[in-house]
Amino acid sequence: MIKKRPVLRRWATVAALAALTPITLAACGGSSGGSSGSSGSGSVDSLTVLDYYTDDPGHSDIGDQLSKCGTSIGVKKVVHQSVPGPTLIQKVLQQASSKSLPDVLMLDNPDIQQIAQTGALAPLDDFGINADGYAPGPKAAATYQGKLYGLQPGANTIVIFYNKDILSKAHVKPPKTWAELKSAAKKLTVGKQYGFAFNATADYEGAWQFLPPMWTNGGDETDLTTPQVAEALQLWKDLVDDGSASKSVINWSQADVNDQFVAGKAAMMLNGPWQIPVLTQKKINFGVVPFPVNKEGQTSVAPLGGEAWTVPMTGDKEKMAKAADLVKCMNTDANQLLRAKQGGVIPTKIKVAEEFKQQEPSMAGFVDAVATARARTGKLGPKWPDTAKTIYTGMQLVLTGQAAPADAMAKAQAGG
Amino acid sequence: MSQAQLAATGREASPSAPTGPTGSRRRRHWREETAKVLFVVPAAFAIVVLFGYPVVKNLTMSFQEYTIRTFFTGEAPWVGITNYVTVISEDLFTKTVINTALFTVGSIVGQFIIGMLLALFFHRHFPLHGVLRALFLLPWLIPLIVGSAAWRAILDQDSGILNVALETLGFDPVPWLTSPDVALIAIILVNIWLGIPFNLTLLYSGLQDIPDELYEAGALDGATGWRAFWNITWPNLRAVVSVVLMLGVVYTLKVLDIILGLTHGGPANATQTIATQSYQRSFVEFKFGEGAALSNILIVISLAFAVVYLRVTRRQVDE
Repeated sequence: MIKKRPVLRRWATVAALAALTPITLAACGGSSGGSSGSSGSGSVDSLTVLDYYTDDPGHSDIGDQLSKCGTSIGVKKVVHQSVPGPTLIQKVLQQASSKSLPDVLMLDNPDIQQIAQTGALAPLDDFGINADGYAPGPKAAATYQGKLYGLQPGANTIVIFYNKDILSKAHVKPPKTWAELKSAAKKLTVGKQYGFAFNATADYEGAWQFLPPMWTNGGDETDLTTPQVAEALQLWKDLVDDGSASKSVINWSQADVNDQFVAGKAAMMLNGPWQIPVLTQKKINFGVVPFPVNKEGQTSVAPLGGEAWTVPMTGDKEKMAKAADLVKCMNTDANQLLRAKQGGVIPTKIKVAEEFKQQEPSMAGFVDAVATARARTGKLGPKWPDTAKTIYTGMQLVLTGQAAPADAMAKAQAGG
Repeated sequence: MSQAQLAATGREASPSAPTGPTGSRRRRHWREETAKVLFVVPAAFAIVVLFGYPVVKNLTMSFQEYTIRTFFTGEAPWVGITNYVTVISEDLFTKTVINTALFTVGSIVGQFIIGMLLALFFHRHFPLHGVLRALFLLPWLIPLIVGSAAWRAILDQDSGILNVALETLGFDPVPWLTSPDVALIAIILVNIWLGIPFNLTLLYSGLQDIPDELYEAGALDGATGWRAFWNITWPNLRAVVSVVLMLGVVYTLKVLDIILGLTHGGPANATQTIATQSYQRSFVEFKFGEGAALSNILIVISLAFAVVYLRVTRRQVDE
């Protein structure tokens, strides 16, 4: 049942070929004109791109942007391929072993360092690209051992969405502290409607949603057994225990949470700006606030989301240079702004983000949250997945009453 | 299954009839032999490539430190039995073994009993029995991922139709997929639902092979109802029953999609089995060596059942 891909050839062979290719190309002479199709031609005819934007409008928007960028850098065709999110890394591994990596690869930001560690990505510094002027989060997520491996045109994070109609009818204000969150949620729980919904599944998504309470309260991923983390676990537990959030949160993905919110079965939810297109389409009158703080003096810290464009080590130096140009083009100020307006993401260049905030004041809450958002891999790098597993296991142990918040993480670490 | 095997052995036995030793005949004989070999080649190739290679690869992988990095560098250092030690010494391992056992036994018992009752029910002829029997095969036709998504909606604690029905009948809603104590039972129930058609179909065809004369003769001796079942049906059905049970065990041990679709191994690892853990290690955490170690443990367990199955069927053939 579990079949693994064979490693066909050693990566070293590819690298050796890569080193030889430019020599052959140089021998052919660069100015052979429009002889398309011949492998010796100096121009790059097409670039392949792999991402996980399978759904429209995202798929077509990105596709358009890619082909426009292709034209502007002198590449005739950009082949845009999308696979479902959970299968992206598997696909990349298959391609790596069969030496068919795309020329440009999109990666979810917490995966960049893990993939960079394998040696599959080219440092963007080699192509003269840097991340000056970017918010610290996206920069940290794409940097491995001092080198930059990806550029992220847009970022997102998670905040509290609230249904304005329901809250004003119940005379409840959007919460600013955990105490207010708990009381508001309780007040808003009537009949089949829960006050608050979040995602606490036993996967990376569940771990990501636990980070706002954990980080805001001063908890840290390098030591999960601190009282700060336990208090955050307690908050999740309290919300579920007193019925303000459904017990089903342990099975709800963020999409499920959004469905509950849209259906009016949740008055508030923890979710990201990528849900905005759906909320607007369903004519939900919603507002957003940053995740509340536990005690006064704390600042709300949310995890950084979003995807970066990277250049895999395909071996074809000329193509890799063009691929780097494509990555650069996807990250111009104009394209960052365009992407932000289309897709519910926030520009990662601080200057562009400010401009976006002025043009779309309703997104101000997100712009501020992204500016301080923390990268999941910022401190742990490629070790993040193991820690995420401990976080979501501990969280599930607490929510199902298998462990007290104080010892849940220790239990999860032992393989709970 | 058993019929197919019989047919296969029958075909092998017949063409060994000797032919005369004249020149042309010998050439034809040689050509026939070549043709025979050529017919076997694709199958042999398929077995080696599709079964042999993955099994061997899986075995070697379990003794290697096989990670994401390996795909790019080709380096997978040998680590001996480290992967086995790691997965077995984890707290979770005992739980996954118990869960696997409970899931397998629970599913098999449920599927078999219900499948048997339905087979007996449909064995009697009544109007529309063909249509009804076909309807019972529906779970088989639905893609597993669709089936598990539908069941997830049915079993939802707040809005699932099952709890709504229970509530209107005056019962408390059941936390089907959200309580660690109930979730395993819930996935066993869904797996029973999925396994009924397989049991029904095989047992039903087994019942049809029992000659009616036996029942007529038995009836003359006063064997009807339960007595007829124990003295005529059951002994005649034994070969089919052993096939159904053994295949059922092997199928159920490796069930993955249902559990992933319904609970993803949760809540709090309550529905984690060896199979889901193997998947989790390999394709979520990308620790391929550990994933391979777990699936090899699973293969050994399946193999033990397969050996029992082969011995039982051989004894039956000898009889």
